[in-house]
Amino acid sequence: MSKPMTMSQKILAHHAGKEYVEPGDLIFANVELVLGNDVTTPVAIKEFEKIGIDRVFDKDKIAIVPDHFTPNKDIKSAQQCKMVREFAKKYEITNYFEVGEMGIEHALLPEKGLVVPGDLVIGADSHTCTYGALGAFSTGIGSTDMACAMATGKCWFKVPEAIKFVLYGKKTGWTSGKDIILHIIGMIGVDGALYKSMEYTGEGLKSLSMDDRFTIANMAIEAGAKNGIFEVDEKTIEYVKHHSTKPYKIFKADEDAEYSEVYEIDISKIKPTVAFPHLPENTKTIDEITEKIYIDQVVIGSCTNGRIEDLRIAAKILKGRKVKKGLRCIIFPATQNIYKQALKEGLIEIFIDAGCVVSTPTCGPCLGGHMGILADGERALATTNRNFVGRMGHPSSEVYLSSPAIAAASAVLGYIGSPEELGMKGDEE
Amino acid sequence: MIFKGKAHKYYDNIDTDVIIPARYLNTSDPNELAKHCLEDLDKEFMNKVQKGDILVAGKNFGCGSSREHAPIAIKACGVSCVVAKSFARIFYRNAINIGLPIVECEEAVDGIEAGDEVEVDLVNGIIKNLTKGKEFKAKPFPEFMQNIMKAGGLIEFVKGELKKDA
Repeated sequence: MSKPMTMSQKILAHHAGKEYVEPGDLIFANVELVLGNDVTTPVAIKEFEKIGIDRVFDKDKIAIVPDHFTPNKDIKSAQQCKMVREFAKKYEITNYFEVGEMGIEHALLPEKGLVVPGDLVIGADSHTCTYGALGAFSTGIGSTDMACAMATGKCWFKVPEAIKFVLYGKKTGWTSGKDIILHIIGMIGVDGALYKSMEYTGEGLKSLSMDDRFTIANMAIEAGAKNGIFEVDEKTIEYVKHHSTKPYKIFKADEDAEYSEVYEIDISKIKPTVAFPHLPENTKTIDEITEKIYIDQVVIGSCTNGRIEDLRIAAKILKGRKVKKGLRCIIFPATQNIYKQALKEGLIEIFIDAGCVVSTPTCGPCLGGHMGILADGERALATTNRNFVGRMGHPSSEVYLSSPAIAAASAVLGYIGSPEELGMKGDEE
Repeated sequence: MIFKGKAHKYYDNIDTDVIIPARYLNTSDPNELAKHCLEDLDKEFMNKVQKGDILVAGKNFGCGSSREHAPIAIKACGVSCVVAKSFARIFYRNAINIGLPIVECEEAVDGIEAGDEVEVDLVNGIIKNLTKGKEFKAKPFPEFMQNIMKAGGLIEFVKGELKKDA
């Protein structure tokens, strides 16, 4: 009889053609999808060329999304994107997404149905862990890994130990997936899950939408984790059926699988949470913030929180209100489809009427690339995933992280605050 | 695989955004990247660093982005080896894959000050602080990773594997 395994162990074993893998094992496994963007793919192309082969392992299993510096912000970025575009053309990469059809990679791939439960996905972008929301094992790697995987369809892995997060209760008020993950990172620290897998289970999952789960899985890397993964339930299957025709496989952890730690979390007790500079672990709940932290810029978007639910909640708060005079509020729908949906629902008009600027999908401001760079000493509140020194621009600027609800309310208030200060009660459902 | 050089020491959670800020990621030229290595952390680093020097840091070194530009910049500015209490995992594998030697050892980090002369024996996991006459034992480098490093990085390793298959 084989030994018990976690979800991550099972997916890795399956793709390595093994009955069982143990945490710490170094394995080569077949990957279902290899992802790169316009920053990481150019390095991967140079490395790929050194291997000296004239084909990729499978043109349908590579996804290239120029999203960081696009539409190109300068000549050097344009050169990098040109290199990527030519590579995609030469090797007939099926899933190359040009400006106009692209989106922020980690919102785009699930939307296009390119990832399904049980997949093993690697991406030369640290937030590739997002697809764990779908019950896939997905993890960030570098450009050399991307190059080798494009050539061979394989990647090396150290099988991770896992931490189990048993969620129970229902989220209340303005609490969202973002608050849950900021709460967890605040609790375990930015290296609290280093080299490990974060596995989510429990009846509390029922109250989490797919968008909540994408946000939570997205920030696994911010706790140092290799991947974050959710148990597959009816909501996952419904999402997959709606987006993909690919066959999928559900891997459930064995009852007696071993975990290095188990946390039981009552999500009904989690309050809106903000991460202070300069680490995602420096968290405070919104009611613990007693001083007025005035901000110069609000950013709502990114691979963490640029999905339709995020825009809906921001619009609900911004409707009929104005962004504080002198503050910039920048909104980024994560994909063209999300943009279109927001247009249909009238959200974009609400944003513009409130005095926000709405941008085409890009990672630009999140990493201090373009479209919202901070000047010396400026302070931003963003729904993005990192608040490192200089992350959004000048090394002396500051980034605070929050949910879209807190970000939208703060855009109106001019300082970090809750929609309750605007007289709005959180949803009870 | 033995490296010897002067130590440059920094603290915990040195992230990839300070190792190489995103504003320079519109190029992948190692020499261009090296010019800006760690500049948001220590403006003087590029003036101080000499070929063969050893970077010493606290826990979770290289956290954040998957950008391979980070280990590339460190390697290109002449650093021979990085000793830290722990490494963020993508940085760890990127360093192995491009052939930048790295070692995890808490005691060594606590026992090394900036400016000390340090020697690192990667295969046996021995770190010596030559200035202070102290020796530390790190976990030896796993054989699997030694093989990748010996091949000269993952690309050379994979080339070898592809030849075997052919």
